[in-house]
Amino acid sequence: MSEVVRVRHGSNTGQPLTRREGRLKVTGAARFAADAHPEGLLHAVVATSTAARGRVARLDVAAAEAHPGVVAVMTPQNAPALARHPDEKREPFTFRLDLLQDDRVRYPGQPIAVVIAETLEAATEGAALLAPAYEAEPARVGLDAAAPFVPEAIGVGDPAAVSRGDVAAGLAQAAERIEATYETPAQYHNAMEPHAVVAAWDGDALTLDTPSQGMAIAQGRLAGLFGIAPDQIHIRSPFLGGGFGSKGLISGPQVLGAMAARLVGRPVKLVLRREQMYGPVGHRAPTRQTLRLGADSDGRLTALDHHTLTASSTFDDFFEPAGGVSHTLYAAPALSTTHEAVRLDTGTPLFMRAPGEASGSAALESAIDELALACGLDPLEFRLRNYADTEPLTGRPFSSKALRACYAQGAERFGWRDRPLEPRRMRDADGLLVGWGVGTATFPALMFQAEARAVLRRDGGGAVEIGAHDMGQGAWTALAQIATDALGLDLDAVEFRMGDSRLPNAGIAGGSAHTATAGAAIHAAGSDVLAKLAALATGDERSPLYGAGNAGVVARGGRLLRRDDESRGEAFTDILARADLDSIEGRGTGAGDPGLRDSYAMHAHGAVFAEVKVDPDLGQIRCTRLVGAFAAGRIINPRLVRSQYYGGMIWGVSFALHEQAVTDPRSGRIMNANLAEYHVPVNADVPSLDAILVEEEDPHVNALGIKGVGEIGVTGTAGAIANAVWHATGVRVRQFPITLDRLL
Amino acid sequence: MNRFDYLRAGTVAEAVAAGAEAGTVFLAGGTNLVDLMKGGVVRPSRLVDLTRLPGLDRIERLPDGGLRIGALVRNADLAHDPHVAATYPALAEALLSGASAQLRNAATAAGNVLQRTRCAYFADPASACNKRNPGAGCDARGGETRQHAVLGWSERCIATHPSDFCVALAALDAVVEIEGRGGRREVALDGFHRLPGEHPDRETVLEPGDLIVALRLPPEAAGFAAQSRYLKVRERTSYAFAVVSVCAGLRVEGERIAEARIALGGVAHKPWRAREAEALLAGADIDPALFRRAGEAAMAAAAPSGDNAHKITLAARLVARTLARAAEGRPSRLPALPASVFPAHIAGAPAHV
Repeated sequence: MSEVVRVRHGSNTGQPLTRREGRLKVTGAARFAADAHPEGLLHAVVATSTAARGRVARLDVAAAEAHPGVVAVMTPQNAPALARHPDEKREPFTFRLDLLQDDRVRYPGQPIAVVIAETLEAATEGAALLAPAYEAEPARVGLDAAAPFVPEAIGVGDPAAVSRGDVAAGLAQAAERIEATYETPAQYHNAMEPHAVVAAWDGDALTLDTPSQGMAIAQGRLAGLFGIAPDQIHIRSPFLGGGFGSKGLISGPQVLGAMAARLVGRPVKLVLRREQMYGPVGHRAPTRQTLRLGADSDGRLTALDHHTLTASSTFDDFFEPAGGVSHTLYAAPALSTTHEAVRLDTGTPLFMRAPGEASGSAALESAIDELALACGLDPLEFRLRNYADTEPLTGRPFSSKALRACYAQGAERFGWRDRPLEPRRMRDADGLLVGWGVGTATFPALMFQAEARAVLRRDGGGAVEIGAHDMGQGAWTALAQIATDALGLDLDAVEFRMGDSRLPNAGIAGGSAHTATAGAAIHAAGSDVLAKLAALATGDERSPLYGAGNAGVVARGGRLLRRDDESRGEAFTDILARADLDSIEGRGTGAGDPGLRDSYAMHAHGAVFAEVKVDPDLGQIRCTRLVGAFAAGRIINPRLVRSQYYGGMIWGVSFALHEQAVTDPRSGRIMNANLAEYHVPVNADVPSLDAILVEEEDPHVNALGIKGVGEIGVTGTAGAIANAVWHATGVRVRQFPITLDRLL
Repeated sequence: MNRFDYLRAGTVAEAVAAGAEAGTVFLAGGTNLVDLMKGGVVRPSRLVDLTRLPGLDRIERLPDGGLRIGALVRNADLAHDPHVAATYPALAEALLSGASAQLRNAATAAGNVLQRTRCAYFADPASACNKRNPGAGCDARGGETRQHAVLGWSERCIATHPSDFCVALAALDAVVEIEGRGGRREVALDGFHRLPGEHPDRETVLEPGDLIVALRLPPEAAGFAAQSRYLKVRERTSYAFAVVSVCAGLRVEGERIAEARIALGGVAHKPWRAREAEALLAGADIDPALFRRAGEAAMAAAAPSGDNAHKITLAARLVARTLARAAEGRPSRLPALPASVFPAHIAGAPAHV
């Protein structure tokens, strides 16, 4: 915490508040979904397929039903009818779910039955007693197991291939060229809190305690499936034990919990086991990326070609948009990104923290380093020579871009200037090889849609309500800070409510856009209620603010003040009392400005510097230092933002050195579907971390000038570590994670 | 998890009698057994809880200079016992490099010796496994084998023994004290675990009802106190099983190695004692080149069982490294990252607290 936090008088925004719900969490008082125990609760356990493809030929339902405590076994034979088939896809953002509609098996880990019992133990054993038999077909595993095709769209509706300029000519005229292929594995979100649901029906009204990053979207999906109105569905999601994208859309198992409750006519709790999170709740798809880059004799890019081969399921369409980072980062006059995919017997991949950007950045940052080496240039100098002053793909100006400052401040803090150009030149006192690497971080500054409600009360208090989501990122705190400023009240005077679907729709907590979008809605709702209050005062001869309409007013400390003469003001409470109102309400929406979004490229940026040490004989790698410098517009809460950067950078360590789903090449089953063998870093693997918050003012991105911070830390970091491993050893490992056997 | 009967044994004799019945297994710390039961890997019909057996939780210094470790002594208690840490530093380091602090607080000494392989195919009831289902076949062959055996494996099984503790026990010539239906007997730790051969389901020499009551270190084990180390190469710094681990002890007289002990983990179905390598060192001067030759000798009989040839190279180098560290002498205090090949100070400043 080396920076001085700028304290702005009268403002909560910018203050490093600690998490407002922190005490609840550390004392165990915070109620997560699975903590709900309504009267008459039953427990449901999902039985999942061990086959990858085929059909369930037999289930011993009688054995499960005969087990003491088992109440019901839900199979395709008796599952409650749905109003809409879960494979019906009306728009690309709806994904197909496995909800016991037939006996087909489409991937290992697919739910094939649900056992409902009086106890968790009875339901668990009941599920084991089903002893399914399959008519199985061979599994298609790995990127070479099927014929590649070009998807109609990648990510969420983006084109699979885009280009600008003549890449072939650019490569042909290059003085230096590299072509290299990088592989990234399938990764799984592994939030600490598994997907859990406690479902209770009252007639056609459904109440769900379940973690959600998008309650309104979930309501819509559930309403379609059950044939009820969205407002008949009440979702409570005050806290999430991590989401990372896997709770952005309601997953099949969560819907199965609601179906089970309907089947038995009692409330049902369903919590996925850890290994059951490797299939029906999304993952980061594997990629094989080939980059072809050319540079002229001055080390300036002449062309950049980024081809991605990825995988999706056999039955749905989500394609990891790994090429996107190449659209925005480096000033290549000729640029092309293409995507192909194969269909495998796997659950459908979905969004996982920095989807596309994480994998794409790992490959691009490695390739840029390889070209810098070919050009004989320091990797940071090479990046600066190819600094993009306008967005390379579109030519649009950036709404703001403080990346130069990120490079400069990060390099200074890290001590980059002493770096030898050649690899294998640095050793520490213990004889370990030392390497330094850099990677550029980037993530788009997105905006979705959100609504909020703000209330000012005659008793001096205020309330702000929004159906926003706290995945652990700190929305309870950061949004409350925005709410407080929006109302011109002190923090303790504002009741801030969120995490419930009965509150105004806050859209989705994803795309690093939640603080910006929900914050904009809150800001607008606050402005609306203050405008109404101001109208009461400025139109009333008895108010000291009478006639201030043209000059305008400002709100501060529970008072409205004339903008041109702050000695003239009046308390909110006095205005409401005179108007004989108990309260006054305002509403607001948050969304991007389409015109500005067309005119400007909007991205957060950063630079990550990594040091690794490698044992020269044993290949064991340790990341010893990470310095990230990030510019992401206005910072609402520097403490929480730094925490997000740290978390992202640790994901980058994990991406570079640890994480991968290990799939049996014959069965298609994931063989390390547990936290003992699916490695994510432990505390002892986390290096000394430093995150620099680089100042950046963005007048275009949204009313509050906020860009997202949730995902950018993953980008840049994995590439920086891979580059540092090369610098330490002279060995370029192009397969992630980088494991010691490749360095022996 | 299946329904099972639960019996709390009051005496060793009662435990032995109950344990001899089919479908019965012993429960001590439960850190491995309960996970396997949850996963449906084992489905015992009866658990005999040993944790209240009297007298099995003691660490005793024997009159002959040896050490007797009660079967129920918790891993953490053993590692942090001052006499153990001072006299058998490699043993303490091995214990502290295993599992997590929470698991070490629960896991027992005998349970550690009897822990099952971490082969993913053993842990997956849908895969064929000759351990779980003799004669069913081995799906690990031709599967994901980066972590599998390179020494002593058979076509029927390529699994490894996962223990760190046992590697140090093997190096120190530990003895297993067993109470059985025929009375008490003793087996050398090195002969306690079996190679898979034709019967990988028979993992140890224990017969039905046999109960480990203690592990004993002979007086000679203390002779390696000054110069012994345990090093563990792993894919993350804690809470990961060894890719390869090595325990090395040297008894040095003057400038000469009077006796060397070398055992490896993560390479075979049992903790692997490298006696040929030891013989190379006996009577020789301390010499890094000799340590490298010892590493090669230790792995001379190795062959990959799949995509794991790197373990052979790695193990040979780790033997040399561990011998070199042992020759440097034990650390003045237990390393902050036990068994890490990296020095403790590499960790740098605390990341974020």
